[in-house]
Amino acid sequence: MSALVAEAPSLDLTGSRRVPMRRLVLVELRKMADTRAGRWLLIGIAALATVVMILSMLTFDDPERTFTRLMSSASIPQAALLPVLGILLVTSEWTQRTALVTFTLEPVRLRVVASKVVAAILFGLGAVVITLVMGVGVTAIFGNEVAWDNVGIVEIAKFALLQESTILQGLVFGLAILNSAAAIAAFFIVPTAFGLVTTMWDAIADVAPWININAASGVLLEPRTMTGEEWAHLGVTHLLWIGVPLAIGLTRVLRKEVK
Amino acid sequence: MQQHASPAYRPLGVSAGITASSISKSYGTFVALDDVSFVCRPGTVTGFLGPNGAGKTTTLRILVGLTRPTRGTALVGGHAYPRIPNPGLHVGVLLDASAQHAGRTGREVLMIGARTMGLDSRRVDEMLDVVGLSPPESRRRVRDYSLGMRQRLGIAHALLGDPAILILDEPANGLDPAGIHWMRELLRSFADRGGTVLLSSHLLNEVELVADEIILIGRGRILAQGSKADLLRMSGAFVQAAEPASLERALGRAGIEIASSNGGVRVDVEPAVIGRIAAAESLALIELRSDGVGLEEMFLNLTATTQREGVSP
Repeated sequence: MSALVAEAPSLDLTGSRRVPMRRLVLVELRKMADTRAGRWLLIGIAALATVVMILSMLTFDDPERTFTRLMSSASIPQAALLPVLGILLVTSEWTQRTALVTFTLEPVRLRVVASKVVAAILFGLGAVVITLVMGVGVTAIFGNEVAWDNVGIVEIAKFALLQESTILQGLVFGLAILNSAAAIAAFFIVPTAFGLVTTMWDAIADVAPWININAASGVLLEPRTMTGEEWAHLGVTHLLWIGVPLAIGLTRVLRKEVK
Repeated sequence: MQQHASPAYRPLGVSAGITASSISKSYGTFVALDDVSFVCRPGTVTGFLGPNGAGKTTTLRILVGLTRPTRGTALVGGHAYPRIPNPGLHVGVLLDASAQHAGRTGREVLMIGARTMGLDSRRVDEMLDVVGLSPPESRRRVRDYSLGMRQRLGIAHALLGDPAILILDEPANGLDPAGIHWMRELLRSFADRGGTVLLSSHLLNEVELVADEIILIGRGRILAQGSKADLLRMSGAFVQAAEPASLERALGRAGIEIASSNGGVRVDVEPAVIGRIAAAESLALIELRSDGVGLEEMFLNLTATTQREGVSP
């Protein structure tokens, strides 16, 4: 320890730079992987997708043994685990109370939230890459003759979009609720309950496609060109299920007293 | 009843210390902090003393921008804390040694801090060494740490960025006597190099051991502040004379300030001093008694009442 000048008039901040965003993101990635729970979640996401793909190939009839079909199988466990990853990225700071340290080292809370969003996107990309690599391998071994039909950059991009949407939905739910268990429960119950209501209640059947995010996102996996209206459904449902919780979450996190 | 023992309450303006100016914080109708002002100077260890629930932690959280005051301003090193870029390099903070992810190892907790601040892992090992956590201990998960080990880890975390200012909430809590002695030496040498230390405690003897300056807080108000020596010596007298006007003149000539007058007068000097003045001036006294509210007595009263009221931290 050095450079302590007695009676210095005030802290000299001229040489000080704020923590670069890149470093904040790296720290967020690290914080997800350095606990047993986090590490197993990451391993689980990769492993479960692979296992599901292999099982699918073993149980599917021959015409179904295609790469695109495999990707939609893989997205089932991802749809359950990626949001949990997104949620924990935020809520573990509050349930484990590490927010106290995080926000003293970077008092601009918006930057911390932004670094978590970037970290979530990177984890999503990682999941996409792993799933694609495993999917290519599994298809190469078990696929039928037309296994690679309809596989192009657009299909892969749509798959990636679905994964990113899933993890970010989790993240914003975590941000809005700030409690791991409650956020996970809410994430799985609320949109499904909404979907259920829209199917049972005729009066709003017309608006259902604009509310039901699972239905709107599911279309991304269908091996066909999406219509303009379907893209619109996708946009509006995301505004509702990502935009609104994000706004609530930001308001809470930026204002909340950290204890 | 603000009792400012003399030399410590010099206004210092903004220094590389800590300045709290008229901070108030209310939660609905509950007033957690009421007009709290104090200064911590470089080169000193300031003890923030008060019973649980007095507002110590709230004040410290306000200093580092985790809680917004209802009124007032807090400056750390002359700046509002949230405006300090990479604040870990300037201000070391330990607010709650248990606020760590239980599943991380001690070393990993420090690594995250070091990475955020942009320091390399050698600094982590140095600080583990400074606080006396051995390599095997540092590889254990925080869940398996005793409170004393968590405090050491927290102090290591606060020291990581080689700061000029330390803000520590109950750092001695959970340390054994040897640990408290170690912390005193550590903070002493930090202050001797010009650093500023503000630490809180709910134990008078802990603060007596480590601090040079003491701020006493109770129910959200500063009750006394000054050097440890002055506060521990602090005493007073109540005196009533047959001719109050003569007494007041005599006290005025002796340069003794009248703290309050209500029938008799209250002064901040020992009864013996008043007795000598009365004898010299041939004043007939009706009553002369000790009315000293020393630090210890004040603190005990405070602790007793808050404990009766069952206020939780």
